[in-house]
Formats: sequence, structure tokens, C-alpha cells
Amino acid sequence: MAEKFDLQEREVWDGNYAASQALRQARVDVVAAYPITPSTPIVENYGAYVANGYIDGEFVMVESEHAAMSACVGASAAGGRVSTATSSQGFALMVEVLYQASGMRLPIVLNVVNRALASPLNVRGDHSDMYLGRDSGWIQMGAFNSQEAYDLALCAFKIGENHSVRLPVMVHQDGFITSHTAQNVYPLSDEVAYNFVGDIDPVDDMLDFSRPVTYGAQTEEDWHFEHKAKQHKALMDARPVIDEVFEEFEKISGRKYKRVESYMMDDAEIAIVALGTTVETARVAATELREEGIKAGVVAIRVFRPFPLDQVRDALENVKSVAVLDRSAPGGAMGAFFNEVSAALYSTASRPLVTNYIYGLGGRDFAVSEAKRIFMEQKANADAGHITTDIQQFSGLRGPHLGFFQTKRS
Amino acid sequence: MAITSIKNLKEFSTNNDRFEGAHTLCPGCAHSMIVRELMNCTDDNLVITTNTGCLEVSTAVYPFTSWDTSWMHIGFENAASAAGGAEAMYKARKKKGTLKDPDSPVKFVAFGGDGSTFDIGFQWLSGAFERGHDFTYICLDNENYANTGGQRSSATPIGATTSTAQAGTHSYGKKEKKKDIVAIMAAHGAPYVAQLAPNKWKSMAKGFQKALETEGPCFINTVSPCCTEWRFDPKDTINITDLATDSLMFPIYEIIDGHELNILYRPKNVISVEDYLGAQGRYKHLFKPEYRHVIDEIQKGVDEYWEMLQRREEARV
Repeated sequence: MAEKFDLQEREVWDGNYAASQALRQARVDVVAAYPITPSTPIVENYGAYVANGYIDGEFVMVESEHAAMSACVGASAAGGRVSTATSSQGFALMVEVLYQASGMRLPIVLNVVNRALASPLNVRGDHSDMYLGRDSGWIQMGAFNSQEAYDLALCAFKIGENHSVRLPVMVHQDGFITSHTAQNVYPLSDEVAYNFVGDIDPVDDMLDFSRPVTYGAQTEEDWHFEHKAKQHKALMDARPVIDEVFEEFEKISGRKYKRVESYMMDDAEIAIVALGTTVETARVAATELREEGIKAGVVAIRVFRPFPLDQVRDALENVKSVAVLDRSAPGGAMGAFFNEVSAALYSTASRPLVTNYIYGLGGRDFAVSEAKRIFMEQKANADAGHITTDIQQFSGLRGPHLGFFQTKRS
Repeated sequence: MAITSIKNLKEFSTNNDRFEGAHTLCPGCAHSMIVRELMNCTDDNLVITTNTGCLEVSTAVYPFTSWDTSWMHIGFENAASAAGGAEAMYKARKKKGTLKDPDSPVKFVAFGGDGSTFDIGFQWLSGAFERGHDFTYICLDNENYANTGGQRSSATPIGATTSTAQAGTHSYGKKEKKKDIVAIMAAHGAPYVAQLAPNKWKSMAKGFQKALETEGPCFINTVSPCCTEWRFDPKDTINITDLATDSLMFPIYEIIDGHELNILYRPKNVISVEDYLGAQGRYKHLFKPEYRHVIDEIQKGVDEYWEMLQRREEARV
């Protein structure tokens, strides 16, 4: 590296800048990217670090997101550290190649700044794009603020490049709410950060000609099933590695991460389960309700893939009523996140009541007051011993209440 | 730079065999000849990416591989992007000193059929050329989507019958002219663009060598006769290729730096396109009296194109 980048003990960074600093400190070799709001500054900043000699690397500005991920696949197979960023339609365009990256077991890190999918066109944040990637075989982690966007981006390289994992990793943050909001961030020094991530030790390096490799072979019914089974096993086996990396990160930063993070859940009777920035909003609401003697808690899913089914069940099995918040249009069904959490709870003995709230689509604000209202509906359910509202409702929608899948017991 | 002698066919054909013959391409398919001519013309290390198509599905059927070099299949459209990414990583690692064998030369090559080159992958190809990656893109042009059973592509010539542009009582087959991919790629300002044919093995090997040695993105379109969809006997692949080059349906030429055009093969006796068309089942219907005008149109197009190539060569512009 040519020059030193001067970092203070405390910086004021937005989530995009935080993610880009992680790329610089991890000394990413190749970034291939195509711009899309709101993730663009991540790759622009990487380009600026290269242009100003703060990092040695290749910034490849391609002609589409599909080409960006394709170039990342080629670059990663050529044995170096690779990253990029995208959002929304760009993510959708990448989806075909996301499957190819994970099928080839390439540890690319993709910073996803979540944004709604058109139509109607909308640049603001929701999780429609995230769910589009949920079956693509990538590890998916969520940052709830700028600090976490930075921390998790560093952890992502260490997790994905671990030889027993060898999988691509997405780090999600909420469009504009995290990506464009400046917050206090406590960075690691360049040396500490790089020592944590470490040098990449590639497996099946296309530029090692002493051992030629064939990537992306053809399989039919004779082998395809076995390959996909092994890939699934690799994802499931990544769980303890993720935990270890989080523990190691805590030692150098003092910041503790878990795949599922419980807030005031020890004696909680009602709970909200959420992803992204909504977690912090729900935590504030729960804290305020506790002062009124209401036993509210929040369960945050930090690692969405591999899905932490056991931990979700453990966190929620003693509550009476649970609200699962989906920040994506459900498309004629229950919310995707609701389905996963409900599936985890079905096998518990207590089997809490579960309702599904669709909220915050296209960047609609999610306020503490709304979180409190959802908590209070859970309390009504808990007190009644059955669901007193519609099983699924749109929360924060203008106009008349929109509810679906009404319960017959109410 | 390791250029291999191409004076002697026996020596050339046995040099540096990095493509295993036990693949599952059709008997008589020209793809394997072209791949071997590429791999035998250089001793440099090769990183090869391949779009989805006949070549890919026939040479890396797990747990086997025909490729004794670094090889990747990614998708139908994006081998050019993957080659570009690998080439960018090569540059990054060379700068950082993390390559295992930093002194041995490495060349990047992408293969695509005409479907993935002319049609679905054209955006990715154009993007990679605009960015100037140092790689060679080779199009195996068999003028149809052979891997999916013979549908039209924008490389399919006028008058050919395909499963999606069928000849019948009311149709003479494909109505549109073949896309001029060589001109389009030359218009990118690429340092080396050529159209080659495997029967003219010396000019093909020399063209490959030029492309590999030239810095920047190079494009080569090669005719690759498809006995299955063109409907000829597998033993006749080279004969058909001879008819293709001698009728000037496939003129052999190169364009340097987007403008300097050189004709690489001038048939001593130019044959009529009828001789070429008549040797293939896909043009059989054109010999009915009502479709005579299509043959005339094809001949006219070939004559005009050959005239244009010669004028451009003379003009040296």
C-alpha cells in the first residue's frame, strides 16, 4: 500500500462509507461493479482509494450488475480477495450469477444496500431484494447501523474465506436509513483490521497452473443432487465458524455479535422479530414499554442464511405472542420471514401465537409508536390466549386498515 | 512468449496437447479441431472461460474434464466478463506479488458459440472489449443454437431452415441476413479481429498466435460446421469448410486496430454459393424453383461483401 489512511478513534461515517473502509482495510484485490442507488458510494470509494494509492487493487467498472458478479466470479476463482456492492434491480440482475458463485464455492463478499424492487420504481429501502437472494446459497448477514456495516463487512471475508466454509457472503444494510445516515463509528486501525481478516489462502486457484482446475462442470441427475446436498451442508456447517469469527472479533473490538440477538427476552411474554434498522426501533419501543411494566422483548436475526432455526426457537419458545415483521411485499402469501420464524416455532411445545406485519415498504418510516402499537396487539393476543387481530396486516399504510387471513376465533 | 512452430502439421498437431479427445461432441463437429488448434499454437499457461453451449456441455461432464488447464464455465452470456475478472485478478496479484509462478506467461481466452456471442452474450462481450481486458474471445460460429436443437440465431444466414425459422410452403426459412459480427467487433477498435476457418489451419494458428500475443481484447470468429444441424455426413466436415471458404460464404481475413484489413485466403477458383448450399440439408428447399431468388440474393450478398473486403484491403484505411 502506498500511503497511510488517517483514521481517528471515532469517525462519523454513513453505512456506505463504513462498508468501503472495510474493503480498503481488507485490501480487496478486485472490485467489479456497476452503480445503483443507494449502494453506489461503496464502490466509488473503493475506486477512490485505488486512485489515490491507499490500496493496491483493480477496480473494474463493468457494463451491468450481471457482468459485475460475473467478473467477480472470474476474479475470485483466480485466487484473490473480491468484493462488490449492489441494491434492488441490480441485485435482481445479479441473481443468476449469485447461484453460480455459491455453486463454485467462491468467497465473494457482496454489500447489499437493501432497496425496493420496481414496479413502481422506488429508490428507498425495503427487503424485497434480500429475499430474492435467500435461496441462492450465500451466507446472509444483516447490519442494523453503520458500525455494524463496517464490522460485519470485515467478518464476512474471514467467514467466507475460511477453508471449511468457502462460500460467498452478503452483508445487508437498509437503503438510506443506514447507507446515507452519518453516525459515530469506532474503526479498528488498519493493522488490527487486516491482521483479523488475514491474507487470503485460495483453494483451487485458476492461476496456479501446477494444478489445473475445472470450474462449473456439467452435472445431470447422476451428480447434481449430491452437489447441491454438499453445498447445503457447507452452509449449515458454517454456523459454528460464524460464531467463532464473531468471538474473535469481540476480542479485538469489544463488540459482540451473535447469529440471533435477544433483547430483554429473559422474561418476555411478547416479542417482535425483525431485521435491519427496525431492530433498533423495536428495542426502543420495548424499553419504553418495560417502564410501563409490559414484558416486551425483541429478537433480531443477525444471520439470515444459514437460518438459525434452533436459536430462533430457543429465543421465542417461552413467549405467548410474537409479531414477525416483514419489510417486503408478500406477493399473495404470508411474509417470507414470517414463514421461516413460524416454521421454527411450530416444533416448540408452547407454540406461541404468531402474527405477520407487513411494514415500511419502499422506505416508509417505521416509528417507535408503531412498534409500540404492534407490541400492544401482541399483549392483547397474549391476554386473550388467541389472535385477536388479522393474522396478517399492513402496518403504517395510509387509508383504511388492510388485513388478511382473518382468524375465525376472534 | 512461447510460440509454437506451425510449419509442420504433424509436429503442430502433437504439440502440447492440453485438450483431451475423449469429449462428447458429435462426431464431425469442428469445435474440437478449433480448440486443439488454439491450445497447440502456444505453450503459455491458459485460463479459459466458456459460455454455455455445445463445447461446454461436452467437455466437462462431472466427474470428467477435457481441459488440462484452468477452465471455467459460468453462464450462457458471461464468459467474457469472467475472463475479464480473472485477468483483472492476474494484474492485481502480479502487482502484489501473490502469484505462485509470477514469471510464466498467462493468456486469457473465452469461447462462445454464435448464440452466446451474437445474441445473448453480446452486451457482456461488448463491455469487456470497451474495457480493454487483455484476452482473446473466440466465437465458434455454427450459425444456430445447436446445443438446444437447432434454433435460429442472429448468425443464421438468410434462407437456412431452423426449428424456429422454418422453411415450408409459405416460407423459405430465415428471412434476415446474418449479423456482421466481425465488423461490429472491429468497430470497438479492438487491436486484432479476424475471421478464420479450421480447414485453413495455418492461417488459423497464426491468427490465434497473433491474438494471444496482442495486448488488449482480440476477437476471432471461426466457422464451425455443424453436421447435425447443417445436415451433412460427419466425415465431410473439412470438405464443407472448404466449400465455405472457397465460395466466400466465409471469407478469411483480419482487421488490425479497427481499420487495417488483410485478406488471409484468396481461393484460386471461387466456387458458386450453390455448390456450398447444395451440400447441406438446411438449404435443400432453396433449390425449388420458387425459391431460386433466395440463392441469387445470397450470391449477390457474397459478391458484394468480397468486393468490399478487397476495396478496404487496397485502400489501407
